Amino acid sequence: MNIVVCIKQILDPEVPARDFRIDSERREAARGSANLVTNIFCENALETALQFRERAGGRITVLSFGSESAEDSLRKALAMKADAAALVINDGHPHPDPFAVARALAAAIRKIGDFDLILVGRESGDWGAGQTGALLAEELGVPCVNFVDHIDSDSDGLRLKRQTDAGWEIFAAKPPVVVTITNDEHNVPRVPKTRDVMMSYRQTLTKWTLDDLDTDAASIRAANSYYEIVDLLIPVKETQCEFIEGDSLESRVENLARRIQEVTDAL
Amino acid sequence: MSDILAILFASAGFDGATQGILGEGRRLADTLSCKLHALIIGPQNEPMNSSVAAIADRVIAVDQSEISEYDTEPYLCVLVAVCKQLSPRVALLANDTYSQELAPRLAHRLGGSAVGDVTELKSHLDALRVTRSVYGGKAAAIIELKRYPAVVWLRARAFAPAEMRTERVAQIEKFTLDLSGDFRACIIERKREASGATRLEDAQVIVSGGRGLGGPEPFEELRQLADAIGAQMGASRAACDAGWVPPSWQVGQTGKKVAPGLYIAVAISGASQHLAGISDAKVVAAINIDPDAPIFKRCRFGIVEDYRKVVPLLRETLSGTKK
Ligand SMILES: Cc1cc2nc3c(=O)[nH]c(=O)nc-3n(C[C@H](O)[C@H](O)[C@H](O)COP(=O)(O)OP(=O)(O)OC[C@H]3O[C@@H](n4cnc5c(N)ncnc54)[C@H](O)[C@@H]3O)c2cc1C
Repeated sequence: MNIVVCIKQILDPEVPARDFRIDSERREAARGSANLVTNIFCENALETALQFRERAGGRITVLSFGSESAEDSLRKALAMKADAAALVINDGHPHPDPFAVARALAAAIRKIGDFDLILVGRESGDWGAGQTGALLAEELGVPCVNFVDHIDSDSDGLRLKRQTDAGWEIFAAKPPVVVTITNDEHNVPRVPKTRDVMMSYRQTLTKWTLDDLDTDAASIRAANSYYEIVDLLIPVKETQCEFIEGDSLESRVENLARRIQEVTDAL
Repeated sequence: MSDILAILFASAGFDGATQGILGEGRRLADTLSCKLHALIIGPQNEPMNSSVAAIADRVIAVDQSEISEYDTEPYLCVLVAVCKQLSPRVALLANDTYSQELAPRLAHRLGGSAVGDVTELKSHLDALRVTRSVYGGKAAAIIELKRYPAVVWLRARAFAPAEMRTERVAQIEKFTLDLSGDFRACIIERKREASGATRLEDAQVIVSGGRGLGGPEPFEELRQLADAIGAQMGASRAACDAGWVPPSWQVGQTGKKVAPGLYIAVAISGASQHLAGISDAKVVAAINIDPDAPIFKRCRFGIVEDYRKVVPLLRETLSGTKK
């Protein structure tokens, strides 16, 4: 089974709101002192793929479309024990729309060769468009199942468990298929061993430019044929919090209960 | 090609999301002087149909055995076929699992563009501009769609419902489609987790727990508090990832977007991604041991204290069982 996991490097999404700034010229978050990290759902995807490989075998290639620095995310994935890594360097628009991303990834996947299972995170922690998997599936002409948290296989093909608003569903799917991965207690990403981190820097990592791919590189570079960010702002919405006081724990809790009661009575 | 199409699931009924989509669809259609069509997909129900018919100008129902329950590929085929027939300029969906799954693929098949989790729509010259939160709720982006039709999934419950007409009720037109395709991915098992009578998305009061609870047992205590005030239960991602509660309890950017009258956050720090799920909550209250926890910035009122001291006492007080 040939497995491709698409991963994205992003600005650390855990930067607290009070430290968050915007670069209005570029219409994106200011880098500030924030780290670059792998998007958490992409790591959940890799973890899901690694566990699937342990049960069913296969070869995992991690693929990223991003700047040179995305190499760090791919090296970390190799340290987590992905088999191969490829980076398509984005020398075009700094935050391409999801359609441009899907087309770049699709072209790279076709270049990698035969594929059975493609995993992507359900959305990214920066723009969070939540479209890459679906558009990638359409570009490749294969089905897409969203919000998957577990993958198994049997003689009929793949068994995909996915979360719904109310519970979960199982899909039977014949590869090739694209799945988008969501978090679950079982796919919390493993921490690579120090030795494997060091080893990962000696592994080969394929680098392509858009011109190496069989696609319309110019339109991917231009991006924004799908949609364009025309403005980016920080919404102001602070509420004044009343901290409940009182002489004793009992009286504070009573005051809290009264405030809760007032609100629920008015509903 | 100028009309608006509201895409509705019959299984959702005339719920808050359906009403929000129709409300925004109606408003947009009236501003642009075009028609509002509604597609209701799945086994039809009369009360919903007549309510929708009192808002939309035209109602199309697709109800056949292949789509008696949701399955991605046949549902997508239905949406593509109906959109090809009606050529809407904008198609609106809600932000449930199924809508999010379908919208980008629908846009791709129609040569249009999709955008999701939208909280505001505006027409700007000839284009559609939408607002959505980005960077885990720390910023808001205004996005202009470049390809049409625009397929937009809305943070539906945040939109005001439309008034129902009493005159000029639309006819319900039945469409039947050939759905005999060989679908390579099909749902073979469906499981609904036992939850309260109301869906979390529709709950008026929610008690939600986070990592600070330290394990699954304290959620039992929270449950008793919730029962005492008729609340539903929610959780932060950290509590779900720890396996203390099912993933369907997760509230936030990548969990449920809730809109209760009262949201009580217990031992939840209030990361922006969590707050992104409660931006439509009217009153937020918190129990947290840390006075600097960001959750307090979103709170109307709160108590700085160990939840282990507060929760049992609060339950007794609120249920009137306090000695
Ligand atoms: C792309 C992305 C998407 C995400 N989506 C979501 C999402 O949908 N929903 C979500 O919730 N998170 C989401 N997150 C994660 C989010 O960033 C936070 O990590 C998470 O919300 C933290 O959960 P928490 O508040 O329970 O835990 P923590 O941040 O660890 O907070 C625990 C809190 O408990 C308090 N506490 C500890 N002990 C006690 C005590 N005895 N009594 C009272 N208080 C106590 C502490 O003071 C602290 O404030 C997402 C993150 C990313 C990157």
